[in-house]
Amino acid sequence: MEKVGRFGQFGGQYVPETVMNAVHELEAAYDRYSKDPAFWEEYRTLLRDYAGRPSMMYYADRMTKDLGSCKIYIKREDLNHTGSHKINNVLGQILLAKRMGKKRIIAETGAGQHGVATATACAMFDLECEVYMGTEDMRRQRLNVYRMELLGAKVTGVDSGTGTLKDAINEAMRDWATNIDTTFYLIGSVMGPHPYPTMVRDFQKVIGEESKAQLLAAEGQLPDCVVACVGGGSNSIGVFYDFIPDKSVRLVGAEAAGKGIDTKLHAATVAKGSLGIFHGMKSYFLQNEEGQIAPVYSISAGLDYPGVGPEHANLYATGRAEYVPITDEEAVQALEYLSKTEGIIPAIESAHAVAAALKIAPQMAKDQILLINLSGRGDKDMQQIAEYRGVKIND
Amino acid sequence: MTKNRIDAALECCKEAGRKALITFITSGDGGYEVTEKAVLEMEKAGADIIELGVPFSDPIAEGPVIQYASERALKNGTTLTGIFEMVRRLRKQTDMPLLLMMYLNTIFRFGTERFFGLCQECGIDGVIVPDMPYEEKDEIQGYADQFGVHNISLVTPASEGRIQMIAQEATGFLYCVSSNGVTGVRSNFSTDFDTFFDLIHKHAKLPCAVGFGISGPEAAKKMSGYCDGVIVGSAVVRLVEQYGADAPEKIGAFVKSLRDALDS
Repeated sequence: MEKVGRFGQFGGQYVPETVMNAVHELEAAYDRYSKDPAFWEEYRTLLRDYAGRPSMMYYADRMTKDLGSCKIYIKREDLNHTGSHKINNVLGQILLAKRMGKKRIIAETGAGQHGVATATACAMFDLECEVYMGTEDMRRQRLNVYRMELLGAKVTGVDSGTGTLKDAINEAMRDWATNIDTTFYLIGSVMGPHPYPTMVRDFQKVIGEESKAQLLAAEGQLPDCVVACVGGGSNSIGVFYDFIPDKSVRLVGAEAAGKGIDTKLHAATVAKGSLGIFHGMKSYFLQNEEGQIAPVYSISAGLDYPGVGPEHANLYATGRAEYVPITDEEAVQALEYLSKTEGIIPAIESAHAVAAALKIAPQMAKDQILLINLSGRGDKDMQQIAEYRGVKIND
Repeated sequence: MTKNRIDAALECCKEAGRKALITFITSGDGGYEVTEKAVLEMEKAGADIIELGVPFSDPIAEGPVIQYASERALKNGTTLTGIFEMVRRLRKQTDMPLLLMMYLNTIFRFGTERFFGLCQECGIDGVIVPDMPYEEKDEIQGYADQFGVHNISLVTPASEGRIQMIAQEATGFLYCVSSNGVTGVRSNFSTDFDTFFDLIHKHAKLPCAVGFGISGPEAAKKMSGYCDGVIVGSAVVRLVEQYGADAPEKIGAFVKSLRDALDS
């Protein structure tokens, strides 16, 4: 029997009994409303009028000339309301939560972008909102903590483990099990138990659909390569998905190599991980021989996660997509490069994709097209990048 | 195949007309020696079945007490292999039923067949895997059956409409979770126990034990009225946190107080 919610051998519903009914309830609700044109109409209207979609497709002329190789296009998810692709998924899930009659929303956040998007939508829809965030991430992303609080959300720090995204998810899952009757868990990436990986992908695939139409209009052809950063993998699956059947399009995910994949300080799950079962799914995880989940590291709080979404695991296992590790230093250099070359300051997460593009572009031909998904903007990272470069901008 | 020790112990309780007392301790918290001594003390004090927690880096079903215990145990260098060695030593001194409470990834990573083979060889009678629901139990059920190890099923107040399905295939005992959420002692419960246990007893043909949140003798006595046994975990683990190497004696006294309350 083919089990539900699988991508090849990956995925599944490995969650405590307490949340199984809630998972099934969500599955049924998503199944029902994803067939309801009125649901998608409301979603698309919100994307247009509130999030600012379609996001722009920008031809990076200076970068193209500077590299002297293929044509480089940038999908500007950084220009969405709240500053990243996260709003696409949040608006979809909020509409679902509303239809399910849920009054309380919880979320986990790493860099704070998903938390900010969730707090934003909860403000607009007048829903109670609590965001779990690792205390180390709260330190790195103080600005986003303040933004969430300003938007009316409660931000709860999580001190256990490494105080990062994984620990925030653990705590959100505990909250969900405790308040299962009232609470909707708004997961921010293509991870967790089915139906989340599928549902979140469906709410993010607009990135790839728009990209395809925009590139066909501008160039009359598909891109030859699409690059995006991968933590859990929502912006990357979003931009990849519509291109999966187009076998000529090379799909490349950039994962966080931190201080280098031969050190202990990285979050390069595909490069160094192994098959495991955690956070509701069977996928690749960074773990030791005993199955203890590894304490991972990246300069980027949004990529600082020891697993990867099950659909990515399957894209990798089947050879449809490839995943390259990008170090902190490469990402920071790419952030500086894009800022100076195109006047676009990318989020440190998205800078990993830019860094991968900088490596791939020189191998491509002049008439080829490389698309970078710029998942978010870098305002939130200025303090940390300055710190990394030894520049003091605050007392 | 010889009779599973869990079944034998629960039959024995039933015949004697007494409630089963199931206690939990995190393996390796304070060192293996503390766990070993505590197990023997708990047996002496009247525990019928003991759950040995296998520490995991990310125990999503646990409250703070067992989370911290897992963290301490892992820092001590506790490993699954080490726990199996400890069980081998224990088996020279006791024949009481022993279970492992653990997360699925630990089994999966160790190798499911190898894991259950070792369970049988070392004398583990059952496993409780809180992050593996009914729908995913094929992950381990085949090997658990093959090696005569019970895969203990859980039902919770949020299991409405699922209890029959789960209870029908459950073996050993049915683990009835007292309230939604994570492990840890509670001062009050919001669950409507009459309704919850009516449903359970309607469908469950096997012994039922209630756990999660039972703080001491009084709560144990009260909860035991609903089913065949009670499970006490965090309250035991807290004694290890508090008393370290001196914990086994304190645990013995605490378990004795639970036993006395249940028998009163």
